[in-house]
Amino acid sequence: MSHSAEEVQKHVKVYITVFAALMVLTGVTVGASYLHLGSTAMNITLALIIAGIKGTLVAGYFMHLFTEKAIINWTLALTVVFFIVLLLVPILTELDTISLI
Amino acid sequence: MDASVKEKSSHDDHSHHEEAFIWKYVFSIDHKVIGIQYGVTALLFLFFGFTLMMLMRWQLAYPGEAIPVISGLFSETTMPDGIMLPEFYNSLGAMHGTIMVFLAVVPLVVGAFGNYLVPLQVGAIDMAFPKLNMASYWVYFVGGIVMLVGFWMPGGAANSGWTSYPPLSNIATTGQTVWLLGMVFLITSSLLGSMNIIVTIVQLRAEGLTWMKLPFFTWAQLVTSFLLLLAFPPLEAAGVLQLMDRLTGSSFFMPSGLVVSGEVLDIAGGGSPLLWQHLFWFLAHPEVYVLILPALGIIAEVIANNTRKPLWGYKSMVYATIFLGFISFTVWAHHMFLTGMGTAINAFFQTTTMIISIPSVIILTALMISLWGGSIRFNSAMLFACAFLPMFGIGGLTGLPLGLTASDIHLHDTYYVIGHFHYVVAPGTIFAIFAGIYYWYPKVTGRAMNEMLGKIHFWLSLIFINGIFFPMFIQGLAGVSRRLYDGGASYAHAQDYLYLNEFMSISAWLLALAQIPFIINFFISWKSGQKAGDNHWDATTLEWSATTSPPLGHGNFEVVPTVYRGPYEYSVPGKDKDFTPQNEA
Amino acid sequence: MNIPFTTNPRPDTGVYNAKLGIWLFLASEVMLFGALFSSYILIRVGAPEVGENAWPLGSDILSVPVAFTNTMVLITSSITMVMAWASLAMKKFDKYKMFMGITIALGLTFLVIKGFEYNSKFEHHLFPSTSNFMAIYFTITGLHVLHVIGGLIVNFYLWIPGAKMWESDPERFTNRIEVAGLYWHFVDLVWIFLFPVLYLL
Repeated sequence: MSHSAEEVQKHVKVYITVFAALMVLTGVTVGASYLHLGSTAMNITLALIIAGIKGTLVAGYFMHLFTEKAIINWTLALTVVFFIVLLLVPILTELDTISLI
Repeated sequence: MDASVKEKSSHDDHSHHEEAFIWKYVFSIDHKVIGIQYGVTALLFLFFGFTLMMLMRWQLAYPGEAIPVISGLFSETTMPDGIMLPEFYNSLGAMHGTIMVFLAVVPLVVGAFGNYLVPLQVGAIDMAFPKLNMASYWVYFVGGIVMLVGFWMPGGAANSGWTSYPPLSNIATTGQTVWLLGMVFLITSSLLGSMNIIVTIVQLRAEGLTWMKLPFFTWAQLVTSFLLLLAFPPLEAAGVLQLMDRLTGSSFFMPSGLVVSGEVLDIAGGGSPLLWQHLFWFLAHPEVYVLILPALGIIAEVIANNTRKPLWGYKSMVYATIFLGFISFTVWAHHMFLTGMGTAINAFFQTTTMIISIPSVIILTALMISLWGGSIRFNSAMLFACAFLPMFGIGGLTGLPLGLTASDIHLHDTYYVIGHFHYVVAPGTIFAIFAGIYYWYPKVTGRAMNEMLGKIHFWLSLIFINGIFFPMFIQGLAGVSRRLYDGGASYAHAQDYLYLNEFMSISAWLLALAQIPFIINFFISWKSGQKAGDNHWDATTLEWSATTSPPLGHGNFEVVPTVYRGPYEYSVPGKDKDFTPQNEA
Repeated sequence: MNIPFTTNPRPDTGVYNAKLGIWLFLASEVMLFGALFSSYILIRVGAPEVGENAWPLGSDILSVPVAFTNTMVLITSSITMVMAWASLAMKKFDKYKMFMGITIALGLTFLVIKGFEYNSKFEHHLFPSTSNFMAIYFTITGLHVLHVIGGLIVNFYLWIPGAKMWESDPERFTNRIEVAGLYWHFVDLVWIFLFPVLYLL
């Protein structure tokens, strides 16, 4: 991270924009939950997409991940891989009817 | 870092005694002291866990008979008139597993060896976060005490097995709650420790110490730390959920309509007992590699040093270790083939399980080939290392039938499983720990251990440890189940194999006696062993170039080392000595 | 000798020790909350479609306006946290004090609102033993609350007693705020996912 005063000043503008976006998206999340998209699955998908966007904004700008060093991003990429494996747990339990043959 | 430490490290060793005892030895922030604290505490737990097993072996060899001599030590609720109650047997089994894995072996290989050696091997003056390091030890200590407190709870210590499967564990006595609390402490301690080790290796490597110049031990510690960091939290989550179930009456792991003692439980229901198994094994399979990878690291160091040759296939070993770390996260459900997950899932986990044997075999093969053509020094450390190879081989290969769904149906939950993982952990990891103690003892204390006592210790241990675990394969193949209070005496199919119980038990007690030379050696050598120089074994890695230990000087190196060479430059042609330290230009 | 790279980044990795450390810690936190989310999905998918044990709609039981307010509070505390760090980077210590103060106040507000929310659940006799939905709600939000409390303690330390470091080692102090901020944003991040998952779906 650069620490020069002018650059930080520029960052501050970005932070405020991101903050406004987060506020708006929070409203959108609540609004979207009242939409009936046909199935619960669709509603969940939409809500998770919005939450994902918000999460990306927080991680990318507030936590500087968009401009972070490679080593941090690699560590997190590794974590994401194992996180996905972890999310296999419920899927594994529900897929017990599938047969390969 | 505070001023007093700065001042001390800039000065010579004589300023030590000015520091109060409590700050120097109890709440120390020096990684070497913390390593020793971990080591001593974990060795005590190792001994304690071993004692629990010896009690169980009495019951297995002579079911229902009063235990002689020491029967007076136990209360009416555990062993009335010296006869062990089934509940107490279950407690002993659960606590033996928990103590050995979480309080003895992992703290030894990661807490003690990792803490002491990683900063030295990377040429750092200390861990990256010394205060966190101290916290890690004390959290571990508290966790250990909490675990022990379980024995004084009404109903005794946790008695649902070290795996604590619900619903049984959910309705078990208070000891289980204490077990869960203890686990939360131990997991926290592991997280702090593993973070510290990773940052130390990544950030504090000496100048010139590139990745492929790291000693294999440090590589093993790095991968192990990632496993601890990422695999332990799901167990912490599972522990929190089980605590909620036990304390608030929720039903995460409780299915609807559960009947206990003839009555339907008054709970919300709808939970999944399998969820616990998934989360538990999501940790506990990587945990197996936490137990074995640092052990392989120790063995690699000892073998390279005592064959006076570079390790054969160092790079393949490193890549195999990294691959092993990755794939260890995708094999957990091979512990659950018999839970009815379905054939597709079983086939997937069977495949990954077969794949994970490949890197293990690569590492083991590389270590064996490293022996070829060396002029081997058979000192105590090397003897343990040499024995490790076939013992770990047996442990690993007997795992394959368990990883195949068809044969696992027969072998699941039998003594075969017990034999398999004990071969990996006992004559595997614990032999590696002994090898490591004999090998690095001169670095820690400034004196070498007695070789004669070491060799007696080795040969007796090797014989008796096989006497305990090999018959388990025979019993297991005959279908004798694990966790039986009477060792199978009430089962018709076990009758022909009951004679092995007594044989195994006597081997176990003799194994305990075989540790006496080690214990004597350990204490006697501390004060009156043969004086050892800075580099007792003529080794190449950086820890042997550190001149400030022993005695325990803060700062490790008088001059921050610069690294010019790979970790195992033994017998380099054209050099006048048969080892070339990493920091030699 | 001092431990190197406590303040300045190591040239080849480009980060200082504590930054790598906090990210590793957060990685383990991802796995902790990941396991809880995973459990949530498993139990929810396993619940019957209809009947009294069917999975309820979060907004039928929990108060969306309260959670909406709390989301706003936490997001605002995130921006003030990052402003606190930016102020130090611009060498404006007074502004740092102000922004950090606001962050702590917002964190406390979150806790107070959460406390009232829990209390109203207890008054309606909704406990973890009531249903699996309530159980997972109390477990995940409870663990999140513990994380907020932990963050508040750190932030408070850096606000008053730990701020002395600004005089002796301003760069390292700025790093500390960045590290504390990373943790605080993570707590916010978890809530961003918790809010729709528990309250809206």
